Amino acid sequence: MIPLSWYLTFAAILFCIGLYGVLVRKNAIAILMSIELMLNSVIINLISFWRYRAPEGISGQAFAIVVFAVAAAEVSVGLALIISIYRRRKSVVAEDMNLMKW
Amino acid sequence: MSTDLLVWLLPLPPLLAFFLIILLTNRYKAFSHSIAIGAALLSWLGSMVVFFRAINTEHLNLNPFSSAINWIPTGDTWLQVGIWVDPLTAVTLFFVSWTVLMIFIYSVGYHNYGQPQGEHDQKGLQPHGASIADEHGHKHIVPSIEPMYSRFFAFIGLFAFGMYTLVVSDNLLTLFIGWEIMGLCSYLLIGFWYQKPTARAAMIKAFLTTRVGDVFMLLGIAYLYTAIGSLSFSDIFKPETLHILAQTPALGGFLGLSAAGLIGILLFFGTVGKSAQWPLHVWLPDAMEGPTPVSAMIHAATMVSAGVYLVIRMFPLLQAGSVHGQLTPPMMLMTIIGAFTAIFAATIAIAQNDIKRVLAYSTISQLGYMIAALGIGAYVAAAFHLVTHAFFKALLFLGSGSVIHGVEHGVLHTGENVDPQDMFNMGGLRKKMPITFWTFLIGGLALSGFPLITAGFWSKDEILADAFGHGHWVVFIILALAALLTAFYTMRQITLTFLGNPRTKSAEHAQETHWTMTLPLIILGVFAIALGWSGISESFPLIGGILPNFVHEFVGSTLAEFPEALPFSVWPLLVSILVSLGGLTAGWLVYRNQKVGAEDPLKRALGPVYTVLKNKYYFDELYNIIFVRPAYWMADTFTNQILDRKIIDGILHFIARIASSVGGILRNYFDKPIVNGFGDFVGEGVKKVGRNLKIIQTGRVQQYLIMALILAFGAMFFFVFTSLQH
Repeated sequence: MIPLSWYLTFAAILFCIGLYGVLVRKNAIAILMSIELMLNSVIINLISFWRYRAPEGISGQAFAIVVFAVAAAEVSVGLALIISIYRRRKSVVAEDMNLMKW
Repeated sequence: MSTDLLVWLLPLPPLLAFFLIILLTNRYKAFSHSIAIGAALLSWLGSMVVFFRAINTEHLNLNPFSSAINWIPTGDTWLQVGIWVDPLTAVTLFFVSWTVLMIFIYSVGYHNYGQPQGEHDQKGLQPHGASIADEHGHKHIVPSIEPMYSRFFAFIGLFAFGMYTLVVSDNLLTLFIGWEIMGLCSYLLIGFWYQKPTARAAMIKAFLTTRVGDVFMLLGIAYLYTAIGSLSFSDIFKPETLHILAQTPALGGFLGLSAAGLIGILLFFGTVGKSAQWPLHVWLPDAMEGPTPVSAMIHAATMVSAGVYLVIRMFPLLQAGSVHGQLTPPMMLMTIIGAFTAIFAATIAIAQNDIKRVLAYSTISQLGYMIAALGIGAYVAAAFHLVTHAFFKALLFLGSGSVIHGVEHGVLHTGENVDPQDMFNMGGLRKKMPITFWTFLIGGLALSGFPLITAGFWSKDEILADAFGHGHWVVFIILALAALLTAFYTMRQITLTFLGNPRTKSAEHAQETHWTMTLPLIILGVFAIALGWSGISESFPLIGGILPNFVHEFVGSTLAEFPEALPFSVWPLLVSILVSLGGLTAGWLVYRNQKVGAEDPLKRALGPVYTVLKNKYYFDELYNIIFVRPAYWMADTFTNQILDRKIIDGILHFIARIASSVGGILRNYFDKPIVNGFGDFVGEGVKKVGRNLKIIQTGRVQQYLIMALILAFGAMFFFVFTSLQH
């Protein structure tokens, strides 16, 4: 059986890729996709801990599904915002969206 | 209705009328005068009922109509107020209610009810007349209605309330209240045309002058209350109370007077002010600035009579301590002041040209007569003269108002610029104004004491007879002289006004006045003659005893000791007839041929004396120097300039300067550096921190995220590092 640490390592790598993407990408849609990656790594973490440490319950799986639902809702809201911004400014570059400064 | 209750209700209708008019009906002229006259009529009716019940009551003097209620608690006891109708009150009510009613009716015509509104009339000024066009298109100027018509009726209503209250009171306190209400109303009414500066000056003069007397009167009332603990007449006039008061020396042995003497003198000062006796007479002639019905109210029916009524009412107290007809100090004072005023005012009256001013001085003189009569103990004669004088003097004042009104009509018609009150601008009015002439003649003859037929003769004769009979020779001679002068100036007035030919166009165009003015004249004229018959001495030759001497029997019974009727003596009668007829004839002879623009024949005859009389012995000027100017000096130079501006303001400014310098120090050395410094430091500090921190707020999400990561790593390393150390 594949040891737990492999899963955790994989999830950590995935999270770092996602984080990197969030921090360096200019395209807002790409940032949104990177956030998805980070969420997925979290789900992998959750599932692997459930499988290796408490397989008798279903709380881990239930939790994962709730996170999916939240992620889907979040993406749809995020995408809607991005489309709305695009319509106004003809741009989806994250650096241009700097209205909320001093 | 029981008589007591009726007496309680007597003063109320005029008061109600006052409030109704002031609060509700001020705009509706007809409504207002209906209310006022209705109220006067009710009070008159009630007074008549009370009067006739009074004369039909046996021994009213012993059992007067009276009732009292508790008013002010004074420790264990109460100060009681109530009503009191004895014979004196009854006759006073009789003449007050008649004259008040007549004056109310007269006011309707006097203020031109039913005439159009004047184009230039203003509130607070006499109406100037309105121009109307007749059927041929000619423009005429006719008298216009008084702009403040309703207000006048409200005021005289309040005035009537004051008088009724005064008359029916059973104690000095409510009497004094009525007295002061009248004082207020006389102030308001004299200044009725308040835009006239002379009227304003007159109202203030009247108020302040009478106030001088009132202060003394109030002192007298207070002293009386401390002495016997009650102000009710029934308590004051108890023989034992009077005896005690007469035996007690006055406070601090003042001038060796008894308590009764000092109280009497103080109360008499009130009368001096109210009844315009010398030296407080100056307000009354100036009070002529008011509308004529006011003059009649003030000078005949109410206010000045109130003064004499007070001393007649308090006569037992004034007389207390008198043995065998000796005069007590208050009586002595009254005799001196009364007799002096009688002759003094009569001499002034002969040199006046204003028809109302002659009557004003005549009133002062006649009141002096009554005071002097009371001073020598002629109680009944004084009361009798008070009543007859009220009627004929009201008649004369209303008549003079009617004359002025008629001449004013002529002035408006012709557009002449003459004074409608100056008798030298009149003449020949008997043909133009017959009713006014005949009634004025009756009043004038009554005033001069025309023998046998007029009321004035009987009352004046009785005073002279009393003076003669009791051996007061000086008083007798002075009063006879005054009567001579009275007859002279009365005839002068009648001759100048009514006889001969008109001396101006206005007098030629004078017109008889409205019936509302002439009707009261006729009614008062009847009384001016018939009233005398009720007081004919029984010992009078031929006609004495045909009619019972009602006045003597009825009014005399008010006193505890019934005054004895004097035996008849022919000398005072002869003197009385002689001065009356002599004065009348002289007046007629001197003035019957007065030419247009000619000066007063008296001026040639008397020379400089005439100027002195014309200027009223310069009393106004004298008082101006002694009282008015020093008062102004006190007010302006001393109080305002020196005391207020220099001393009081100086102290205030000094304190202000100290306070201001202390404040400056606090501000510069405490408030600015410490309090403000701290506040500014906090604010500036926050601002500076914010200015430096704001650069990290770039608005770019990714930078925020990097910062958050760095901080999170930092925190993580910190916690890991610290936990590793343990």
